[in-house]
Amino acid sequence: MNNLLTIPVLLPMLGAALTLILGRRPRAQRVVSIIVLSLVVAAAGMLAWQAETDGVQSLWVGAWPDGFGIALVADRLSAIMLTVAGLVTLAVLVFSAGQEEDEVRKETPVSIFHPTFLLMCAGVSNAFLAGDLFNLFVGFEILLFASYVLLTMGGTGSRVRAGSIYVVVNLLSSSMFLMALATTYAAVGTVNLAQISQRIPDLPEGTQGVIQFMLLTVFAIKAAVFPLSAWLPDSYPTAPAPVTAVFAGLLTKVGVYAILRTQTLIFPHRPLTELLLVIALLTMVVGIFGAIAQADIKRLLSFTLVSHIGYMMMGIGLASIEGLAGTIYYTAHHITIQATLFLVAGLIQRVGGSSNLDRLSGLLTTSPLLAVLFIVPGMNLAGIPPFSGFIGKLGLLNAGVAANTWLAWALVATSVVTSLLTLYAIAKVWNRAFWGTPVSFTVEDEGEDLVHPGRPMPGVMVGATCALIAFSLLLTFVAGPFYAYTHNAAEALLDGAYVAAVLDGEVP
Amino acid sequence: MTGNLTLAIVAAVLIASGVYLLTERSLTRILVGVLVMSNGVNILFLIASGPSGSPPLIDLFAGDEMADPLPQAMVLTAIVITMAVSAFVVTLAYRSFQLHGNDEVSDDIEDRRIRELAERDDVSDSFEDIRFSDTGEDRVSE
Repeated sequence: MNNLLTIPVLLPMLGAALTLILGRRPRAQRVVSIIVLSLVVAAAGMLAWQAETDGVQSLWVGAWPDGFGIALVADRLSAIMLTVAGLVTLAVLVFSAGQEEDEVRKETPVSIFHPTFLLMCAGVSNAFLAGDLFNLFVGFEILLFASYVLLTMGGTGSRVRAGSIYVVVNLLSSSMFLMALATTYAAVGTVNLAQISQRIPDLPEGTQGVIQFMLLTVFAIKAAVFPLSAWLPDSYPTAPAPVTAVFAGLLTKVGVYAILRTQTLIFPHRPLTELLLVIALLTMVVGIFGAIAQADIKRLLSFTLVSHIGYMMMGIGLASIEGLAGTIYYTAHHITIQATLFLVAGLIQRVGGSSNLDRLSGLLTTSPLLAVLFIVPGMNLAGIPPFSGFIGKLGLLNAGVAANTWLAWALVATSVVTSLLTLYAIAKVWNRAFWGTPVSFTVEDEGEDLVHPGRPMPGVMVGATCALIAFSLLLTFVAGPFYAYTHNAAEALLDGAYVAAVLDGEVP
Repeated sequence: MTGNLTLAIVAAVLIASGVYLLTERSLTRILVGVLVMSNGVNILFLIASGPSGSPPLIDLFAGDEMADPLPQAMVLTAIVITMAVSAFVVTLAYRSFQLHGNDEVSDDIEDRRIRELAERDDVSDSFEDIRFSDTGEDRVSE
């Protein structure tokens, strides 16, 4: 029993209600949102501490007899995800507070940004804490609905088009999730993850396979794993910078988390190593080739996002403790770094007036600060030592080498090549947008992809971006203890502590 | 547990028609597809809940005669979610109609551009064809 578990879900929901009431007072809205998210980070940090010292924390909500209510569970994995997610959403919210009033009016005509954003945080927290497959579904739906609204905010033509694709794809995956839930319930008579994990080995092989493949497909769509990733680069780039940042950083990782959780908790005896490794390989390669072909920074970053999901799938596929620890570390690193890069893309759009590489030049002269803000997370994404991307990749490569099968070696080779190609993509942005002579624009040049170049970067936006960069550097500095923590988290995933904590040793 | 074949067939037909409609370009047809498919999925939950029985009221009916209430609660949640989704899709379709005069989802412009370049066997705009110079004058223009 630990009532702290409800805080990361309930608090953002209350905050959403409060900011909705304060719709006409943007300043008060910002204060409420920032306080709420800071408290969520604090609660998540506490949970991470308790999960380390006292083991897995669990709560049966509503004081029903154990086994009948809804369980919330926080082990080390959930706690890491919650903490990183909280920090990133907080930074993005502070970033969005830097927009000027006129921009706010254009981007978010009614003050629904803050309530929706907080609801999305509640959904993400709920998904991370859910100890119940149906509650996981509800968490996904909360965050998806909020994301539908955030993505189509303002209702411009391109956003409605992008939003339509996003909504339809996610509708399909949600329906499949429901089918998987119905199948699971019919097969084992429960939707509690811990109980499912006890009962599933007794099922016939075929039934287990159906449930596993349905869940994998659903989560692979959400996580944008190739061949189910085509929706992502189509729908993300049109949204405002803070929205894209938090989507790219967080939402796909909720899918990765769900795959990690179901694979280790429900199907530890069916790791599907070959299939997942082949998928991981294809995701890396296809994603990064897509990125190289792009001329728009936001689209390029969306494709690198797809590509790097492959690294996380690699660790899950290997299913060894080293592999899982690498995946957890890499996920924490990638949430931070991908969100940072999209925020920087937003700043580039302010200063250069466009995110299209054909329109940008000489930003290094225009704004040296912006260049530093771009190159540090850029190098980190490519995995240059000593940044956290390097440490995460090193962990995954070690796990691949330790597995010592030809497929694992193929993945090790591919991930090195992918990392080089990521460097190439980042260098391309650097060469074309930052080097060269600054281009001067006249009013006539302004068009669809070039709006108001030369706007200043507000201190709040720069500060929020710097804070995220500092956090990613912190992941390098505390890599020793943090990697040990993820290692413990990975061990705990496979040793049955989760089930024991939820069901309290007895089987209802 | 024995399933109900009629319900299974009905669910299969509804879901198949729903998926077919989802592949259309018009948002209104997609909406119909979503509604049909979600009803099919809800029927799957009815199959999962086993045979029908008395209402699940403790003290009024014996436990082994009761219908399983949990899938019904889940169906209720699913219905509410479908309602919200339908409202959102209708809004999207209406907004699209306001902007373009129709509710069809068009191809991605960037995708189309890259495909056309590939068909012409041309290099894309992002191809590195920049001769670096300090003046930047010989930067290839569009």
